[in-house]
Amino acid sequence: MDPKQEAIKELLIKMADDQLIIGHRHSEWIGLGPILEEDIALASIAQDKVGQSYTLFQLLHDQFGTADPDTMGFLRAENEYRCCHLVEYPNGEYDFSLIRHFLFDHAEYHRFDMLQASAFEPIRGIARKFKSEIKYHILHADVWVRRLGTGTEESHQRMQAALETAFPLALGIFEPSPYEQVLIEENIFPGEDALRQRWLETIQPILEEASLQMPDPSSIEPAYGGRRGYHTEHLAPLLEEMSWTLRYDPEAERW
Amino acid sequence: MYGGGYIPGSASPQEAPKEDPEKLAEFEEKINRGEKIEPHDWMPYEYRRQLIRMIEQHAHSEIIGALPEGTWITRAPGFKRKLALMAKVQDEVGHAQLLYSAAETLGKSREQMINDLLSGKSKYSNVFNYPAKTWADAAIIAWLVDAGAIINQTTNSKGSYGPYCRALERICWEESFHLRYGYDTVVALATGTKKQRQMVQDALNRWWRPIMHFFGPPDKISVHTEKLVRWKVKLATNDEMRQQFLNMYVPKIRELGLEIPDPILHKDPETGKWVYSDPDWDEFFRVINGNGPCNKERLAVRKKAEMMGQWVRRALRNPRQQYVTPLA
Repeated sequence: MDPKQEAIKELLIKMADDQLIIGHRHSEWIGLGPILEEDIALASIAQDKVGQSYTLFQLLHDQFGTADPDTMGFLRAENEYRCCHLVEYPNGEYDFSLIRHFLFDHAEYHRFDMLQASAFEPIRGIARKFKSEIKYHILHADVWVRRLGTGTEESHQRMQAALETAFPLALGIFEPSPYEQVLIEENIFPGEDALRQRWLETIQPILEEASLQMPDPSSIEPAYGGRRGYHTEHLAPLLEEMSWTLRYDPEAERW
Repeated sequence: MYGGGYIPGSASPQEAPKEDPEKLAEFEEKINRGEKIEPHDWMPYEYRRQLIRMIEQHAHSEIIGALPEGTWITRAPGFKRKLALMAKVQDEVGHAQLLYSAAETLGKSREQMINDLLSGKSKYSNVFNYPAKTWADAAIIAWLVDAGAIINQTTNSKGSYGPYCRALERICWEESFHLRYGYDTVVALATGTKKQRQMVQDALNRWWRPIMHFFGPPDKISVHTEKLVRWKVKLATNDEMRQQFLNMYVPKIRELGLEIPDPILHKDPETGKWVYSDPDWDEFFRVINGNGPCNKERLAVRKKAEMMGQWVRRALRNPRQQYVTPLA
């Protein structure tokens, strides 16, 4: 496959994996949220994410002849996944889940905004649709980050601590792909660096309004590795659980 | 989904104030005319008390019911099932939200209701005290427990209390999608490989008794006063609803080649009623009194969720917060 095709495929797989794994994590909140309305909101967001992942795997299947979405999403070996470490971490408490959702969705929003103008034509419409969904995810995250950042002393401290934990992981979203240069030169995607810049410019003022101190990105080692198939210890058990039923009877054609 | 088998509270004449006979007559006439009672209308103490209890039990059943099915979201086989199950369990939590709001119109806050759930003072449907061991259990719940719920709730939606009836209408509409999802999932298993067929048969074997219990104790041992029927709080007896369920679903289950684990189950041609084995009502009462296979686990999970969410709720209540208006 020529490098351009390989570059697009790589980009689609990492996006599909991110969406699936974060969606899976959000869905674990259903029944356990701090208020009922949050169970419902996170279930909604989870459905959007998993639905977006499905769309991307379908596109990969149609354009690049990869396996069907269920096989790609549920049954690959762990080191074939290209998600970033941020999405792999267990939910922990609501502070970590919320700040992860905030950091991740702002990056997503810009990513799909950029992809609306991609030279890879099939992603444009998809990106537009995803962006219109992620717009609401961002509204949700922003409202809560502001509320809890400025709520009580306790909520403020928790949010600040969660931000510090999640921030290096979030920088891992922007781990450069081996095809970064091809993507940029072919006008497929402006690149992870450009995305990271837009992301930082967006989140900083919101964090300020929330009285939260953004760590200095230049002093932090980003959590890289996910985009090359090196994952945290949290991904393997997640995948084992996710594929449990499908693996129970590999002969089954339909579930 | 719903907890059927509402267990009315014991009458408490010492608490109940003596009602004004004129107002009471007016209230009963209104119900007779088929009109709804609304939150600001006068209503007898006992009517309010029984309704709060009933709607509250229903709401609790929705959030506890999200747990056994919710555990299968993370193990659902493939994208489409994962998405559908998320949407379904989300609906159930949404039903709880609607129902708590309906009960709040009668004067008890959501917080009080949740505290009563956690302390064990207030009940939820017995059916959720059983484990969902496999994917097929989640499928059987979505099909048959939701089917039972629809029968129960469609009946109750013709009751006399306006906010509850309106909530139930919306809930039933959503449940009808759950039923289709559940049926489709069961069909896939029942027409699948040998292992899949065995999986769904085992699940049916496990769930048949709890489903028979679902509609509540038989009429001959069930306490419900004539007053609750007159006030349209209770609209059909437990046995009537159980018979309706058997009428509708026994043929459908058998059509899929599944065997119902009750050797004497048949319809009596003379009475037109289903005859079934005694589903062990002692077990029903054992479970409702806290000794079922999952009672402790379900409440423990709920308690943990409440505890973990405390700091968030405290922050929401803080008057110093700068942002108070939700955007959507």
